Amino acid sequence: MSTPRDPGLQPERTRLAWRRTLLTVTVVAALAVRLASTGGTTGALIAGLTVLVWGALLVLCWPRGTGTGPARTGGRTLPLVASGIVGLALLGVLAVIRGLW
Amino acid sequence: MWEAIRRWFDPAEMRSVGEPPDYRFSLANERTFLAWLRTGLALVGGGLATAQFLPPLPMSHLREVLAVALLLLGGAVAIRAVDHWARTERAIRLGQELPASRFPAILALAVGAGALLLVVAVLVRAIGGR
Repeated sequence: MSTPRDPGLQPERTRLAWRRTLLTVTVVAALAVRLASTGGTTGALIAGLTVLVWGALLVLCWPRGTGTGPARTGGRTLPLVASGIVGLALLGVLAVIRGLW
Repeated sequence: MWEAIRRWFDPAEMRSVGEPPDYRFSLANERTFLAWLRTGLALVGGGLATAQFLPPLPMSHLREVLAVALLLLGGAVAIRAVDHWARTERAIRLGQELPASRFPAILALAVGAGALLLVVAVLVRAIGGR
């Protein structure tokens, strides 16, 4: 590492925060797939879309904070990840409503 | 409103405001954002769990209403997290006071009210089931 080491380990803590978020996303996606895939073509479609959103979030979150250089913060990743989570929520709403009939 | 949303997706515009801050503050802001995202995810996960693991409640569709409410609340928390992160980043760059927010208090009250509703529903079911 070329930059002086931050005694507060802020880049490391931020990387771990991204990893924790990704882990939570994975649990939520698994719950959504389980709810959606209780049968029917619509359910399979919702489950498939959920897996797609999960994959997109995996690609977005994983590289964050892995670099050893100066910390990179902010950028487009943050609103994109939040949008992905809104997408998961809406897919969940669809899965719940679908279960009513 | 659409202008604010467009600004969230434009990192160059964020960098054009004020002075580049100490990167540690930006990282701390990012971690706070991530903590809020996990709060939103917990609400979404709670909604998904409500829909598939809670037994049917006495009022028809109350379980589904609770699940959808939790899911929408989780989505709202994620959107609000971006807004708060952007406003905080801007304040840090301009050397202004950090934005104050009523949102955490409102969220806590909403979750508390929802939990109370669920307790009542479970009690009604337990008493009515005898």
